[in-house]
Amino acid sequence: MIRKTFILAAAAATVAFAGAAEARDQIRIVGSSTVFPFSTAVAETFGKTTSFKTPVVESTGSGGGMKLFCAGIGENHPDITNASRRIKKSEFETCTKNGIGITEVKVGFDGIVLANSKAAPQLSLTKGQIFLALAKKVPMNGKLVDNPYKNWSDIDASLPKTKIEVLGPPPTSGTRDAFVELAMEAGCKEVKGAKELGLAKKACHEIREDGAFIEAGENDNLIVQKLEANPAAVGIFGFSFLDQNADKIQGAKVNGVEPEFELIASGKYGVSRSLYFYVKQQHVGVIPGIKEYVTEFTAEKAWGPDGYLVEKGLIPLPDADRAKIAASSRNLAPLSM
Amino acid sequence: MTDAAALLASKRPDLSRARINRRYAAEKRFRLYGLIAIGAAMLMLAILLSTIVAKGYSAFLQTHIALDVTFDQSVIDPEGTRNPQTLARADYRGISREAVRDTFPEVTGRRDTRNLYKLFSTDLEFEVMRMVLADPALIGTTKRVWVKSAADIDMLSKGYINRDLPQADRRVNDQALGWYDKLDAEGRVSRLFNTTFFTTADSREPEQAGILGALVGSALTLLVTLVIVFPVGVSAAVYLEEFAPKNKWTDLIEVNINNLAAVPSIVFGLLGLAVFLNFFGLPRSAPLVGGLVLALMTLPTIIIAGRSALKAVPPSIREAALGVGASHMQTVTHHVLPLAMPGMLTGTIIGMAQALGETAPLLMIGMVAFIVDIPGSITDAATVLPVQIYLWADAPERAFVERTSAAILVLLAFLIAMNLAAILLRKKFERRW
Repeated sequence: MIRKTFILAAAAATVAFAGAAEARDQIRIVGSSTVFPFSTAVAETFGKTTSFKTPVVESTGSGGGMKLFCAGIGENHPDITNASRRIKKSEFETCTKNGIGITEVKVGFDGIVLANSKAAPQLSLTKGQIFLALAKKVPMNGKLVDNPYKNWSDIDASLPKTKIEVLGPPPTSGTRDAFVELAMEAGCKEVKGAKELGLAKKACHEIREDGAFIEAGENDNLIVQKLEANPAAVGIFGFSFLDQNADKIQGAKVNGVEPEFELIASGKYGVSRSLYFYVKQQHVGVIPGIKEYVTEFTAEKAWGPDGYLVEKGLIPLPDADRAKIAASSRNLAPLSM
Repeated sequence: MTDAAALLASKRPDLSRARINRRYAAEKRFRLYGLIAIGAAMLMLAILLSTIVAKGYSAFLQTHIALDVTFDQSVIDPEGTRNPQTLARADYRGISREAVRDTFPEVTGRRDTRNLYKLFSTDLEFEVMRMVLADPALIGTTKRVWVKSAADIDMLSKGYINRDLPQADRRVNDQALGWYDKLDAEGRVSRLFNTTFFTTADSREPEQAGILGALVGSALTLLVTLVIVFPVGVSAAVYLEEFAPKNKWTDLIEVNINNLAAVPSIVFGLLGLAVFLNFFGLPRSAPLVGGLVLALMTLPTIIIAGRSALKAVPPSIREAALGVGASHMQTVTHHVLPLAMPGMLTGTIIGMAQALGETAPLLMIGMVAFIVDIPGSITDAATVLPVQIYLWADAPERAFVERTSAAILVLLAFLIAMNLAAILLRKKFERRW
C-alpha cells in the first residue's frame, strides 16, 4: 500500500517536471513598472486578436528586468524587457558577454509631473526652484549649506506661503531616477553659484532628508489620495495618474509650461523621459509570436496619436520617429553601443 | 473582654472595608481595561471591514447598455452550416458597431462615431461573438441585448464622476454625457450583476478584469503547498516528539525549526529562485514553484503546532496502549496521532492562511505578473489573490479602486471559508477528557 502510494507520487512528480520541460509557447516579458500598463495592454490585445497565447508580463523594475533579460539565452530566460530608461553600457556588456543580441524599440514618452490638490492654487515653478526646494545642500552666500528653506515663499516671494512638503517616489524607483536627472540636475544649472561649489551632475541628485521630502512608496494612487487630503502637499508621479485624476489634482507649470499631453509630446515640457523595450534576437523564431508582438506594439492603432496606448497615458513619439522605429524594429535591427 | 475589643477597635480603625473596596475597584478597572482592549480591536475591525465593503460593493455591479443587435445570417453564417469555427470568425466588429450607430442615428462623422464607440467596452465585439456561440438560434434575428459599458461610463453611472466640474477635468466629456443621459432616459442603462468579475482573469480594461484567474492560481498554489506540507510536517512532528532520542542533535534541530518559523518570507523567495528556478530549471511564475516556496515557509509553523498537539495527548493513553501490548508504532498510529489530529489540522490551516496572504516570496519567482489566461495546471503561469490586489491598487484607472476592494473581499471570503473548514474538522474529531 505504502509502496504503491510512493510509486504514484513519483509518477506524478515526473509528469510535473516533464510538463515543465516542454517547449515554451508563451512570450515572457519583464521590466519597468512604468511601461507595465502599456506592455500589458499590448499583450492583451495581441492575445485576443492573434492565435498566439497572451504573453506573461512581470513588473520587476527596469534594473531587475535587465538583469533577468541579460542572464542568458533559453526558455528559462525572458524574451523581452521593458525599461523606463535606456539600457546602460554595463548592462549591454553583460548581455553581449552572454551572447545576446538586442533590438531596441523606443515606444514613447512619459511626463513626470509635480501636482497638488485643486483646493490650493496652481504652482508655477522653475527647475531652479524645484532644485532649491528639494536638494540636500544648496549654495547660499557663496557657501554650501544644508537646505534652509522651510516655506515655498522663502525661495521666491512669488511662490505661496506654505510649507514645503513634497511626496515622491523612493530611490529604487525609475521615476525617481528620471526626476533627479531631468529636474534636479537641470535645476542645478539654473542656480547661480552652484557650479562653482561643485554642484554638477551626480552631486545635484541628492534629495533632502529633513522631512520636507517624503518618500511615499511606489504606489502613485496613494500619493494622489494623500494630496487630496492635504492641500498643502505637492506630489511627484507619472503623467497618466494626473490624466486619470484631473478632477482632484492639478499639475504645476515647470519653467512656464503646463504638463499637458500636447506639450509633453512636442518636448516643450521639460520633465519627460523616453520609454523602451528590448527584444532578445536569439529567441525570435524559437518562441512563437515575438515578431508579431513587436508589430502589434509598433502599429499605429497601438502607439499612434489615436491608439489605445494613448488612452492608457502613453505620450506618442513624433510621426517621423514612429515610422523610422517601426521599420527598424520589424527588421530587428541590432543595437550597438 | 468586650472592653478590650472595643479598646482595640478604637485604637486601630477598621481598614479592612476600605481595602476590600480598593481590591474590588482594582478588579473592576482591570476588567474594564480588558473590555476597552476588545472594544478597540472590534472597532478597528469594523472600520476596516466597513471601508472595504463601502468601497468595494459597487464593483459587484457593472453598468450595462441595451443594444438592438441584428444577428444577420448573411454576415455571420452565409452558408448556414452553424459550424462553430465559421461562427467564431465572422465580422462581429461590424455587427456590433452597426448596432451602436443605429442606436444614435443622428451621430455622423468619423470622429463623433469613434467617440460613440468609446461608450462601450472594447470587449463589445467579443461579447456579441460569445452570445452567438452560446446560442446559434440568435442568427437571423434582431434582439435587444445588454452589453458592458466602458469603465469611465460605469464610473459616471455609479456617481464617481462629478458632473459639475469643467469638461477638461472630467474623464467623461459633455458629448458623452449627453449620449449617456439620452440612453438613460430611454431606459437603456442598467447596473447588472458583474459576472465578468467572477469569470475572467486580469485585464487592462477595468470592466473586463476579473478575479477568477487569481482565485484559481491561489487554489492551485495552496494545493501544492498542502500536499507537501501536511505529510512532511506531520511526520517530522511525530518523529521529533515520539521517537527521536533527546540529545544535542535533536536540540539543535529544534532550535533551528523555531528560528526558521521567524525568518522573513522574502528569504524563502530568494531560496526558491536559487534552487527551484536556477538549479532545477522549473518554470517561472508557476503555482508548482509558488507552492514549493510557500511549503518551505509554512513547514516550521506546522511542525511546531503538530508537536504541541502531540504533547497535549495525556501520557496515560500511551501507557495504556503499551500496557496491553501495542508496539511503539501502533501506539502512535492507533492512539496518539488520531487524538492529536484536530490540533495538527488547526496548525496546518493557520499555516495555509499565512501562505494565502503572502506576496513577498512570490515576487522573486515571477508570480507578480499580468496574466490573462486562467491557469489550467500547476505548471501554467499564474498569479495569486494578494498579488492581484497589489497590481490593481497600483493601476492608474479610477475603476480599479473599487475592484481592489472587491478583490480584498474575495480574499477575505476565501480565508473565512478555510478557517470554517478548520473549525468544522476540529469539531468533528475533537476529544475531551
